[in-house]
Amino acid sequence: MSIEVRGVNKSYGDFVALQDINVSLPTGQLTALLGPSGGGKSTLLRIIAGLESADGGSVEIEGTDATRLPPQKRNVGFVFQHYAVFKHMTVAKNVAFGLEIRKRPKAEIKAKVAELLELVHLSQFAHRLPSQLSGGQRQRLALARALAVEPSVLLLDEPFGALDAKVRKELRDWLRRLHDEVHVTTVFVTHDQEEALEVADEIVVINEGRIEQIGTPDQLYDEPANDFVMGFLGEVTQLGGVRLRPHDIDLSTTPGAPHALAGVIVRALRVGFEVRFTVEVEGQTDPALVVLSRTHARALDLDVGAKVWLRPTTGATSVPVIGAGLGVATA
Amino acid sequence: MTDTLVPPAGPAPSRGRPSGRVKASSGRFPLTASSGIGLGVALVWFSVLVLIPLAAVIGAAAAGGWGAFWDTLTDAQTFAALRLTVVEALLVTLANAVIGTIVAWVLVRDQFFGKRLLDVVIDIPFALPTIVAGLILLSLWGPDSPVGVNIVNTRQGIFLALLFVTLPFVVRTVQPVLIELDADVEEAAASLGASRFTTFRRIILPSLVPAIAAGSSLGFARAISEFGSLVLISGNTPYETEVASLKILKFLEGDNQDGAAAVAVLLLIVAVLTIVALDVISRRVARRG
Amino acid sequence: MADTREIRARKGPVTYLLRIFVITYLAVLVIWPLYEVGKQTFAPTKEGAEGGISAFLERLSDPSVSYAFNLTGTVAFWAVLINTLFGVGISLLIVRYQFPGRRILSVLVDLPMSVSPVVVGLALVLAYSTGKGWFGEALEGVGIFIIGTTPGLIMATAFVSLPLVIREIVPVLEEIGTDAEMAASSLGASGWQTFRRITLPSIKWAVIYGVVLSMARSLGEFGAVKIVSPGAELRGETATLLIQNRYTNYEEPTAYAAAFVLVLASVLALVVVSLIRKEDHS
Repeated sequence: MSIEVRGVNKSYGDFVALQDINVSLPTGQLTALLGPSGGGKSTLLRIIAGLESADGGSVEIEGTDATRLPPQKRNVGFVFQHYAVFKHMTVAKNVAFGLEIRKRPKAEIKAKVAELLELVHLSQFAHRLPSQLSGGQRQRLALARALAVEPSVLLLDEPFGALDAKVRKELRDWLRRLHDEVHVTTVFVTHDQEEALEVADEIVVINEGRIEQIGTPDQLYDEPANDFVMGFLGEVTQLGGVRLRPHDIDLSTTPGAPHALAGVIVRALRVGFEVRFTVEVEGQTDPALVVLSRTHARALDLDVGAKVWLRPTTGATSVPVIGAGLGVATA
Repeated sequence: MTDTLVPPAGPAPSRGRPSGRVKASSGRFPLTASSGIGLGVALVWFSVLVLIPLAAVIGAAAAGGWGAFWDTLTDAQTFAALRLTVVEALLVTLANAVIGTIVAWVLVRDQFFGKRLLDVVIDIPFALPTIVAGLILLSLWGPDSPVGVNIVNTRQGIFLALLFVTLPFVVRTVQPVLIELDADVEEAAASLGASRFTTFRRIILPSLVPAIAAGSSLGFARAISEFGSLVLISGNTPYETEVASLKILKFLEGDNQDGAAAVAVLLLIVAVLTIVALDVISRRVARRG
Repeated sequence: MADTREIRARKGPVTYLLRIFVITYLAVLVIWPLYEVGKQTFAPTKEGAEGGISAFLERLSDPSVSYAFNLTGTVAFWAVLINTLFGVGISLLIVRYQFPGRRILSVLVDLPMSVSPVVVGLALVLAYSTGKGWFGEALEGVGIFIIGTTPGLIMATAFVSLPLVIREIVPVLEEIGTDAEMAASSLGASGWQTFRRITLPSIKWAVIYGVVLSMARSLGEFGAVKIVSPGAELRGETATLLIQNRYTNYEEPTAYAAAFVLVLASVLALVVVSLIRKEDHS
């Protein structure tokens, strides 16, 4: 195991940020810490990096106990949401910083910097100042800087959070490919479930200072451990006594299917390739949300006011409704 | 916590995240009739109050031609006064660059009882009338000194007075920059293996340099032209403790307007150079983003 | 606003060394001398007499002292009034209007801050004094005397404190932008209405702040005033000039008492300024 976290607790005054966290991350894996803001995922990452110290518990990195080690001695690479580049240094100097601290020979530093700038596609910007780079480029620079010291683990705190949607997507794919190339144990924090599902080998869902579930993206999506995980990983709606995903509802314009619930379409919204129907279901206070592909919706010739019958598709992931009041998660 | 009486000249502290803050639109309008009249009135007053008198100084200095100007400044006694002024101002500036940075650092980074009070104390030398500043120093270091040290008519006295009146400049320019410094950057340096000292030297200090330079040049300009606090302390002994501003006064009292104007022009040049230097620094900082 | 980041919160021996150094430095340079002034101000006027407030007031009872403070007050009032009107006007022009020489003007209005007070005095003398000044003769012809009179003192004081109001207003005007003003005029407000109801409320604190700073500076101006004033007792002797004259005439107690009044005024200005800053931020 590359990172072994045992029984970690952390509070700020009365606020409990982390509560008895246990997680082990195997070498070479790309892990996402996923959860809502303020849930404690960044705190956990910072405790692993040594930027914050836990109130209790231990952190092991590559087999050595790092609980009491200062950040300087942990040999981790850390990438910040807002890049944290050294503004007064050129791109090349930024990357060289960690190596200079380690007093590596000049020639070696030069070669290593060139190699890394190549890797992050910033070679032609080596002598620019960070202020002359775009956000995406700055974040790649930050990544190269972190990788330069050949860290045993790479930690990224909401690395794409400050970037606009398009760049975020590009960088996300690129991070996945980069990881497949360099294979350093990587942990990244995100509150974006799509990002976690797309990039990570394994996802740790953290909420209110506790781990809700650990598993592969498929496991989490198909077998959510609880209502929270299900709600957080995708859109959820309610039908009869269960909560399920809007695209896991079968909609027909004729009655007859067993256990189907009758309802009336009150709203139809076209979003790109899909159509989202809000359906008032008989005997249910909250309306159900049903998502169909546009072709499917057109074939059924549906419109507001139409009477429809709903039931879960076979094999749909669902969890029973616990009490009421849990709002429908929306994207 | 940065209430300050020191004019916030020099580089504006870069604010917030690199994404930058959203700035409201700032279109400029062409002059209308009423604003044109307003501009006219303002310009007339500004000319009467500032521009014409300053032109008169330059005129008086130039009246005797370049030779007379040069002779005045190279006159042994005047030159000694000018040299003393520049040397003392440089020493004080150097001391302030170091001490001011340390004071700003402690006021921003340390937490202790009474820190708020110290923060107010920084502004006192600037808020006080200069003559009062001189008097205050004399109450401790004057002829009736309770510690038995008399600085009247010594170069140490001049140094101390200048140190007192220029105290806020570096502190107040460095403080906001230090507050705005991104903690992430220091954490990044630490996780790359840099010790606290290395982080300070290679990451924090370079970010402070423009502010230190701006504060220092403000302090230098002030020290060069300081008058009020030195009147009581400097004994005005030629070659020993006579500074430029007091030399101007002496010229005036001796009815030598041209001599006074020559020294004054030199001080004006320093003032202008300081403004230019500050402008250059702030542009450089703005470019770095 | 304690730093929550551990990297900054950690304290080592260097932290304490620096803290002790700074406290000592400020104590010796500023606090101790201030304390000595206070002590001298409230010391008994003569052997065996009572110290304290009565001694302090006795030192200020002299008519020449009240003349000096009156004069200082008058001069400061007019200088601040002129600078405020001029400052608001020129700030609006510089920030809101486009005209040739705008940038140069914005640099020039900052110049008086950097000019030595002695040079300010000299400049006014060389321009307006009877006999020596460029316009001395002409002004004398129409019966105007500037140097050696109260108007001269006002001009000298206005000169040195000129940029203070502008420096406060310009950044605020730039920050707030023209959106609200344009919205107001699109709703039919006249230029004056827009200024009074939109612009003025948003620069209110900056103006007040600038006024307090100018006031403090004006009350304490010495160098420029020294040169344009006759500076004799009951004749153009402002409070700061009085302090110098009394100190050099070995009347130190009066000098200290007058100085103490100005110290109080400065401290009051500091307090007001910090209150305004708080108000402004809330």
